[in-house]
Amino acid sequence: MPSSIALEIHDMTVAYHRRPVLWDVDLQVPEGKLVGVIGPNGAGKTTLIKAVLGLVPLASGKVEIYGQPYQDQRHLVGYVPQRESVDWDFPVTVRDVVLMGTYGRLGWFRRPRRPERELAEACLEQVGMASFARRQIRQLSGGQQQRVFLARALAEQAQVYFLDEPFAGVDAATESAIVDLLQSMRSAGKTVFVVHHDLQTVREYFDWVILLNMRLVACGAVGDTFTPENMQKTYGGRLTILDEAAEAMRNREPVR
Amino acid sequence: MTGLSLSDKVTIGAALLGGAAGVAGTFAVLRRRSLVGDMLAHASLPGVCIAFAITGSRDLLGLSIGALVSGLLAIGLMTLVVRWTRTKEDAAIGIMLSGFFGLGIVLLSVVTRSSLGGGSAGLSSYIFGEPGNMVDSDLYTLVGVGLGVLLLVLLFYKEFKLVSFDHEFAKSQGWPTLALDLAMMTAVALVTIIGLPIVGVILMAAMIILPGATARMWTNRFNVLLILAGVIGATTGAVGVRFSSGLPTGPTIVLTGAALFVASILFAPEQGVVARVWNETRLRFRVAREHLLRSLYELNEPNFPRLAPTTFQQLLAHRYAQPWMLRWLVDQSENRGLVAVRGDQVTLTPLGFRRAAEATRTHRMWEIYMMEFAGSAPDHVDRSADAVEHLLPESLLLELEARLAREGRLPAIATEVPASPHDLASEGNSS
Repeated sequence: MPSSIALEIHDMTVAYHRRPVLWDVDLQVPEGKLVGVIGPNGAGKTTLIKAVLGLVPLASGKVEIYGQPYQDQRHLVGYVPQRESVDWDFPVTVRDVVLMGTYGRLGWFRRPRRPERELAEACLEQVGMASFARRQIRQLSGGQQQRVFLARALAEQAQVYFLDEPFAGVDAATESAIVDLLQSMRSAGKTVFVVHHDLQTVREYFDWVILLNMRLVACGAVGDTFTPENMQKTYGGRLTILDEAAEAMRNREPVR
Repeated sequence: MTGLSLSDKVTIGAALLGGAAGVAGTFAVLRRRSLVGDMLAHASLPGVCIAFAITGSRDLLGLSIGALVSGLLAIGLMTLVVRWTRTKEDAAIGIMLSGFFGLGIVLLSVVTRSSLGGGSAGLSSYIFGEPGNMVDSDLYTLVGVGLGVLLLVLLFYKEFKLVSFDHEFAKSQGWPTLALDLAMMTAVALVTIIGLPIVGVILMAAMIILPGATARMWTNRFNVLLILAGVIGATTGAVGVRFSSGLPTGPTIVLTGAALFVASILFAPEQGVVARVWNETRLRFRVAREHLLRSLYELNEPNFPRLAPTTFQQLLAHRYAQPWMLRWLVDQSENRGLVAVRGDQVTLTPLGFRRAAEATRTHRMWEIYMMEFAGSAPDHVDRSADAVEHLLPESLLLELEARLAREGRLPAIATEVPASPHDLASEGNSS
């Protein structure tokens, strides 16, 4: 029987060069939620997503998508990396980029054909970029780049999506268009995780939140979780002991 | 036996090498790994010398294996240094490159002095490249490696493209990005090593970098880029060899490649220097013309709808500093049928009036927008509008127009288009 828990993280710790940046994260998110990943700079929001996607190694713990290890469930997962993570001068067209979303399903050696191209068209249509299909990606504005990345993730036809700062450098009109799209994805039963910065809009956009600051502060429905008390815990300064402990692990020196 | 003359063999060999280096090198350039090829080439010299000392022959295959081993050793050491010390990648590359090359030169002089088998003279050709002693088996090796690289790229085209563009996304889909990266760099390494006796360790990096960088000036499409880089590389190799009579071959090949690169920077469409200067100049002329038209419009505005002649004096007082500039502009505009000139009297033609109205309209729309929506001071908007209005794309202008119209800030549109007097569908253009 398929689990209705879209994402489950057990006791996960992530370290960069031995320096832990996320400690003992333990959470469950049910299917069909639009989830905001919230926390101050350096809280480990991006790291959380990358660890779930297997892009950074886990120091300990495990990640499950619909009750199975991530490695077996990749086909259920879509990813939108940060916009600045790629070279937008790269010689490809908008359609090329969106087609890359289908590569995972295509597997080795098979090239995208007509069904894939039609899917790419449809995904561009959904983000309102259909007329840009043949453009060079270098000609796009920030908001357009973001929408192209979103279309590429849609072309992955996943169940669970992870979006790293999809609203960074995006104008208000594009932001609300993206939010509408995400909400319609949720209505279609997808689970969508969004790294988000603007606390003003959290209640309006999301129905579930993960509050992070180097460790999990809280995870739950917005109404119960996005409280002043929890926000104080999330943003009220770093836990200096955690910070120092992390530094000590990097230096391999005891704290005392 | 191939039955080819030496010079034909060398030309074919250099062209094959150039083509393979161009295709493989394009990935290195796109992945910003150009210098790794350079390091690999320099670092291969010790391996070449040691392989020669062991085998005692100049056989390309044996020496290439030696070169590959010491090149890979340098890459491995470089990676370790970056991983475990504070040294950054560019510094580590420089250190490995010069360290291994220094060792190579020392070994070379040792091997040459002890003169094993008497055939070591050819070894020094590894420094600057000297294809003069190419034998048939060398050519076969080049053909093999060239075809191998092309096959690799054809086979993994989609995968290489994905990994080159977005490493992390590829990894999230479960592609073995490390192995794919390694495959790309292996292609670069193989080509580099095979090219050493022709171009030499010092200049081999140019063969890797130049074709891709040159091709990039001409195209924005990935597949075209790869093909073009291969063609440019092959041309570079063949032409360079043909030019090399009496000159060292490696440098003439590299100079040919550099000449193609310079020509491309200058003359490529869109991205070339000439095209950019030309577009910039045309824009300046257009801006100057639009300013002239707007001046004529504004000077005539009180008397509308009558269009009176304007004198040069009035125009000079209104905007222009240099009379010769104004004279020239007016001549240009007259040639385009925008103004009529009689003596020092300038009058807008009907066409000129329409263009002048458009320019003025754009200018004022932008001014209104900046003042009312962006809160600019009235005495500043004129200048900012001057800078921006000529660059606004038409689509943005329409948006601006719609916005101002919505807010009731736009007078009824002067240039209303009447409905078509005939049936549009009957024009036969069914699109």
